[in-house]
Amino acid sequence: MAYTEAKIRDLVDGTIDQDTLHQMLSMPKDQERFEIYLEILQEQVPWDDRIILPLGPKLFIVQRAEDKKWVIRSWAGHDFCDWTENWKLHAKVRVRDTPEAMEKLYPKLMAPSTGWQVIREYFCPLSGDLLDVEAPTPWYPVIHDFEPDIDTFYRDWLGLEVPERA
Amino acid sequence: MNIQTDIKGIVRGGETLKQHRDKIMEATKRSGHYAGLRHMELRDEHPIKYNKLFSRLRAGVVDARETAKKIAASPIVEQEGELCFTLYNAAGDSILTSTGIIIHVGTMGAAIKYMIENGWETNPGVKDRDIFCNNDSLIGNVHPCDIHTIVPIFHEGELIGWVGGVTHVIDTGAVGPGSMTTGQVQRFGDGYSVTCRKIGENDTLFRDWLHESQRAVRTTRYWMLDERTRVAGCHMIRKLVEEVIADEGIDAYWQFAYEAVEHGRLGLQNRIKAMTIPGTYRQVGFVDVPYSHDDVRVPSDFAKVDTIMHTPSEMTIRKDGTWRLDFEGSSRWGWHTYNAHSVSFTSGIWVMMTQTLIPSEMINDGAAYGTEFRLPKGTWMNPDDRRVAFAYSWHFLVSSWTALWRGLSRSYFGRGYLEEVNAGNANTSNWLQGGGFNQYDEIHAVNSFECAANGVGASAVRDGISHAAAIWNPEGDMGDMEIWELAEPLVYLGRQIKASSGGAGKYRGGCGFESLRMVWNAKDWTMFFMGNGHISSDWGLMGGYPAASGYRFAAHDTGLKEKIARGEPIPWGGDTDPENPVWDGMLEGARIKRDKQAITTEEMFADYDLYLNYMRGGPGFGDPLDRKPEAVAADVNGGYLLARFADSVYGVVLAEGERGRVVADLAATEARRAEIRQERLAQSVPTRDWMAGERDKILAKDAGTHVQQMYAASFKLGPKFERDFRAFWDLPDSWQLKEADLPIPSYGKDYSMDLSELPDVTIVKLVEE
Repeated sequence: MAYTEAKIRDLVDGTIDQDTLHQMLSMPKDQERFEIYLEILQEQVPWDDRIILPLGPKLFIVQRAEDKKWVIRSWAGHDFCDWTENWKLHAKVRVRDTPEAMEKLYPKLMAPSTGWQVIREYFCPLSGDLLDVEAPTPWYPVIHDFEPDIDTFYRDWLGLEVPERA
Repeated sequence: MNIQTDIKGIVRGGETLKQHRDKIMEATKRSGHYAGLRHMELRDEHPIKYNKLFSRLRAGVVDARETAKKIAASPIVEQEGELCFTLYNAAGDSILTSTGIIIHVGTMGAAIKYMIENGWETNPGVKDRDIFCNNDSLIGNVHPCDIHTIVPIFHEGELIGWVGGVTHVIDTGAVGPGSMTTGQVQRFGDGYSVTCRKIGENDTLFRDWLHESQRAVRTTRYWMLDERTRVAGCHMIRKLVEEVIADEGIDAYWQFAYEAVEHGRLGLQNRIKAMTIPGTYRQVGFVDVPYSHDDVRVPSDFAKVDTIMHTPSEMTIRKDGTWRLDFEGSSRWGWHTYNAHSVSFTSGIWVMMTQTLIPSEMINDGAAYGTEFRLPKGTWMNPDDRRVAFAYSWHFLVSSWTALWRGLSRSYFGRGYLEEVNAGNANTSNWLQGGGFNQYDEIHAVNSFECAANGVGASAVRDGISHAAAIWNPEGDMGDMEIWELAEPLVYLGRQIKASSGGAGKYRGGCGFESLRMVWNAKDWTMFFMGNGHISSDWGLMGGYPAASGYRFAAHDTGLKEKIARGEPIPWGGDTDPENPVWDGMLEGARIKRDKQAITTEEMFADYDLYLNYMRGGPGFGDPLDRKPEAVAADVNGGYLLARFADSVYGVVLAEGERGRVVADLAATEARRAEIRQERLAQSVPTRDWMAGERDKILAKDAGTHVQQMYAASFKLGPKFERDFRAFWDLPDSWQLKEADLPIPSYGKDYSMDLSELPDVTIVKLVEE
């Protein structure tokens, strides 16, 4: 099942109509989605470097135009690190580990108990955008949550050329 | 392979059950294809016949479920649909399953395999029109309240398969009333346990079984009607198979029964390639076990400890579309009822996957053959001790799987399949349970399944659905209040959306709901709470926040009888803002329990006492500052969000609108959001700076004993987890954390004895340990 670029743009923007959404959920996947999706995102981001893989609404693996290095970049344009590293180690973090800090997010009694669980918010150092939230026990290592095999994905699964990587 | 060629077996063609399963397993292992089926002749050369067989059989098992459930009187089955039927081939591998609680696609198969491996064929014998019953969690069942009825299917005197039916019964005669009780800490307190017992011949249940089983449980009538539901469904499906064979021939049916499994295996592989991205994904789940509290009354001192259940998971998707799920670092089993068998852990994952990766009707054991699971022996999901209790294994099953959903969602997001993204699922609680004498003056037990309708996690394109579903039964709902009032001596004083229970985000998690129940016409009555409290097990995704966690509210000696007689105001509706409670002021002199202790054991309740049943919300997706301000105002107007969080979480400035409603002040909101972004930057530090401080806390062992116990137990069972932890924090060799050094008991740490050590028992191992 193929969808028009307009429909995929609606999906990205969160304005997709219910019928098409249901179709997207219930029908076999459209393999060409990835390329159309990247084109739409590429138009939307405020920089020109090529998006290799979106990691979140405001986080991407990009090929940096100046040196062809693949880096993890925020929407606002902060380059965190090489694409194989854990970007969270290069972000700014705020830890909610007191009842007062938790109760700004949840009503009292509905917040986690901070002796059991804390909330770690990872921000873009340029914009203050919230890019990820972890909610582990105290002491928990920062999780390297995703290490994509992009070469296999592009070349073997989608039949696309792997973009140049310095 | 140990084939006894001199014995004439009951399986079609003359093999014994054991010979047949050995042959299938050996061919699978040798070829990498189920049953050695490199080619699926029926599917590929006679596709219409193959699909006709599939459609007819699948429709038949769904029809059997829909029809049979009307026999049940238990609202758990009749209202919530907590039942499922599955058709198996002769080797005990599932061919297809109905809708409903499809975690059992594998659990009943595990029971069949246990019978095969332990010589049931010769003793007690397997004959046409026999009926077997199983609920043994040590051999693969989820928890004892899921009762299996298993019926062999014969054709012209030879066994050609099996059919299984399962219902979630309301009581199993455990230490406390209810189906998923908390008071016991060993399985001997879990209640009635039946291991693949022959309970009938010639389609008739044995009288000794009927007499014994009905007195083994509290809710006899529900028990017996549930059994008739299962037997009727199994017989409908057996008849269907006979009719299909009459129409299509036994050869085609037999071929289908094996090709369908290989088809399921390949189907999973194809879907993985079509929807995901190869690579490695890591995530983690936690849930609290707060047992040191006075209101947790357990029989054993060594169980009176606070602990945290922990499951990290690493998901590896390979180039060929196969995948491996490794749960190294998971907690040891514990002295509570939240342990699980490896089969229920792995089989249950398919319940989740049918809602995302494999939303097809072809759910069978093929998916299991297409997945490598590693569950270290001794963990809570693969215990190495035959004493462990299982009554509420879902306490952590749900919370550990939600992490996998986050991992998969990173894949979907990367590929642009935003419609599939799900920030996770709710911790499906609270479970209102208890018992005593009911309004009909009968011994009774209750387990309100209202939490079959929790909040759903947000997706990347819209909010999670509120009070809608539970991961373990995609078709569940909250049930009608009028039906619950017939089933329980508890009247409703309110049922409303639980404001601020969904996790915040650009798209917020669905909210749960809450019901206020007043005890009415009960005698010698008890109830207890069962849910997460200190920990929210659902994290949120890509900037979304976790769902809210749980709490309890109960009130005794309320004086409501007199207040009602005097026509005075009484608590009703919801506990809208627990930070500013209004009910408590109406209950002067009452004993009120309002705290984070969301797990308790049996507590006495009298008429006019109150109990709040709060169903949790789902986690959110994306930065809340990117949520449309109008949507935040709508959340406040609709009762989904308490107004003060519009500012503190979403940066939305509200103004008064028409007819008492609020509207978003867009200009003020923009300014407020800019201010919040600046606050974030001012209040945050580079991650590595924070790590330096956290490392100091670790070196100083600055954390609660329950936190330290969690790490110590995970280190022992997960050497790689410990190595990674030590490397991440750069800990010196002199830093050691051992359970033995903590000031709490750790029974089970060093001594355990597995079921496999019992005489004449062969266990069926289906995962890497």
